[in-house]
Amino acid sequence: MNKIWLIIQREFLTRVQKKSFLITTILVPLIFPAIIGVLVYIMKKEAESAKADTVQVVDESGKFIFENTKRYNFVPLSLSIDKAKDAYKQTKDFALLYIPPFDINKPEGMIIYTKENPSIEKVGGLESIIQDRIRDLKLEAYKIDKETLKSLKVSVNLKQINISETGEEKTSNAGILFWLGLALGILIYMFVLIYGIQIMQGVIDEKTSKIVEVIVSSVKPFQLMLGKVIGIASVGLLQFTIWIILISALSSGVLGYFGLKMPQQQAMEEVTKQLDNEEVKLAIDQQKSKTTEIFHSLFQLPLGKIAFIFVFYFLGGYLLYGALFAAVGSAVESMQESQQFQFPITLPLLIGYFGLFMFVLRDPHGSASFWLSIIPFTSPIAMVGRIGSGVPDQELLLSMFLLIAGFIFTTWIAGRIYRVGILMTGTKVSWKVLAKWFFMKS
Amino acid sequence: MEALIAKNVTKVYAEHKALDNVSLTIPEKTIFGLLGPNGAGKTTLIRIINQIINSDSGEILIFGEKLKPSHIEIIGYLPEERGLYKKMKVGEQLLYLAQLKGLSRKDAMARIKIWLEKFEIKDWWHKKVEDLSKGMAQKVQFISTVLHEPKLIILDEPFSGFDPVNAQLITEKILELKENGSTIIFSTHRMETVESLCDHIALINKSKKILEGPKKQVKEQYRSNTFLIEHRGNHFTLPSEKYEVKSQTRIEDDLFSTTLKAADGIKGNQVIKDLIDITEVYSFQEKLPTMADIFIGLVKADGDDALRKHLQEV
Repeated sequence: MNKIWLIIQREFLTRVQKKSFLITTILVPLIFPAIIGVLVYIMKKEAESAKADTVQVVDESGKFIFENTKRYNFVPLSLSIDKAKDAYKQTKDFALLYIPPFDINKPEGMIIYTKENPSIEKVGGLESIIQDRIRDLKLEAYKIDKETLKSLKVSVNLKQINISETGEEKTSNAGILFWLGLALGILIYMFVLIYGIQIMQGVIDEKTSKIVEVIVSSVKPFQLMLGKVIGIASVGLLQFTIWIILISALSSGVLGYFGLKMPQQQAMEEVTKQLDNEEVKLAIDQQKSKTTEIFHSLFQLPLGKIAFIFVFYFLGGYLLYGALFAAVGSAVESMQESQQFQFPITLPLLIGYFGLFMFVLRDPHGSASFWLSIIPFTSPIAMVGRIGSGVPDQELLLSMFLLIAGFIFTTWIAGRIYRVGILMTGTKVSWKVLAKWFFMKS
Repeated sequence: MEALIAKNVTKVYAEHKALDNVSLTIPEKTIFGLLGPNGAGKTTLIRIINQIINSDSGEILIFGEKLKPSHIEIIGYLPEERGLYKKMKVGEQLLYLAQLKGLSRKDAMARIKIWLEKFEIKDWWHKKVEDLSKGMAQKVQFISTVLHEPKLIILDEPFSGFDPVNAQLITEKILELKENGSTIIFSTHRMETVESLCDHIALINKSKKILEGPKKQVKEQYRSNTFLIEHRGNHFTLPSEKYEVKSQTRIEDDLFSTTLKAADGIKGNQVIKDLIDITEVYSFQEKLPTMADIFIGLVKADGDDALRKHLQEV
């Protein structure tokens, strides 16, 4: 056991002391916010610098009064549409809008002429201007004024409450559960894949550098494999812990800084200043209560339990696949050669990943979700995906038990292949050969 | 006390028998040459001794005890295919390997310092292995093999990759280790090494041991009653029923060198007696077979059982 500890130490220290570890550990949490920041910045700049598009209008219905907006300058023309089209061709204007006489109950026949394909956004903007105008016309026709209409508009949020068997009531929020499940599931998927491949790389390095023969004259191959798997797991755990701390520190910092200037809030504040009426206040109050509700339901989740289960499946999934990656590494002599064996290993992982999107997040209590979260090969991803929505304890225990059994099983299989594989060089390895190694007596 | 006794060790792989009923006795504090052509089964035997693989049948005793996991701490193994962690520093690497062999960190530190000094490479501690030349890495590997002061040291082709100067250095260290009470097993095809260093030898061919014993005794066993004589003048004839001239070369002018095979039962003194009457003898010596002669002869003959028997009888 003392020797496994030495191996774990070496695997951990050599990786953690690398410059690349330091760089990725610090950069990754910075990269995503940075990319998002840059994109947001560019979008904002573009929106600011964008000039209003000039739209020529031929309004034969006479029902429209176009007001210039930030995005569009309207130029009414009193020409026939054919002449207007000819004239439009000579200009550099964005579009020519043609509105024939129409029935407000059946507004048809409007055409937009452009020189190049316009973006959906621009067309949509024009459409909504026209729709608004037609609605106003209709309101006039029905003799309803705008104020009445406004008071008719209501917004409702269903407050979700789960009643447990004990009669306890808990608020819940499907949105939060969705995003939580998604994030945790993806994290596990990434962790297993990234660090599984690191294990494989480590084994291949030991085999090709021939050090392995010296090592296995001091320790059992199984100890070496286990030490490597655990050592790399601790590197991963450290890295993820640092990431979580950095990301949460950064995002709370960033939110704190930009928080006051968030667009909706800003707009709302302006509106409040301008229109100090009851309705708006009501709307804002409603908005506020929704935000507090999200936080409320987030804190109502059994966060401690979720964290424990996440770490459990995180490690369980990693150990289950890690051993298999080690076995593949032992059988081959280069990363390229490993491809053919990698695919069958990553396949169940992929099934878990797609299952997360297709079943687990949509319907956490469906039978597909159930099976995905019970079978050890997919349960690490599927179970954390549905854990927030409440999984019965007996299901959870069954899944955890099967996962433990699963990784003991894969480690056993992998160990048998590994002990032979690491000493074999120059053999052409196929599935048949692997099977032979597995059955070889020691 | 015997450092190692192998009794009827057999190892079968799916395709072939790697070791067929091999028995060996390796006396303590000797240098034992384990000889044999490539693929004969030497590495398999060494791996079994190192408990990297298990034998199918047979038994290994190390200093009288049945092979058990704790024995790895008294065995030092230098595999033919050398390897170290390329990205690790020399010092850390030696520390790690020594600790795997059961040394405490403190002891390992102290001994590494002594050995680095012995090889005059004290300033290598912080060098990465990938920055070392092949010969330099070999030195580090040799140190890692003997750091835990193993009582049994197994060296598989220890001189490959060394220049003559370093080979000499390693030879000195090996003899020093023997002086200090270690038993050394050499696996090699280099006959000059065997000739100069080994006390005992065993020859393995086609998974079977075909020869074993003290080097001197083996040579004795294969002597062919052949003599090398330098003499003046070659105008003489020897009775053909007693002597056979194998070869004769002129050294200069009238001086010749002759290889002479005498019939069984004719001793050196008799040969001299017969010669001095007919020629002027300058030098006289019995031509003993070299290990290379024995090795090549036996391995070649191994395909032909009759010939081998003949050779063994001779």
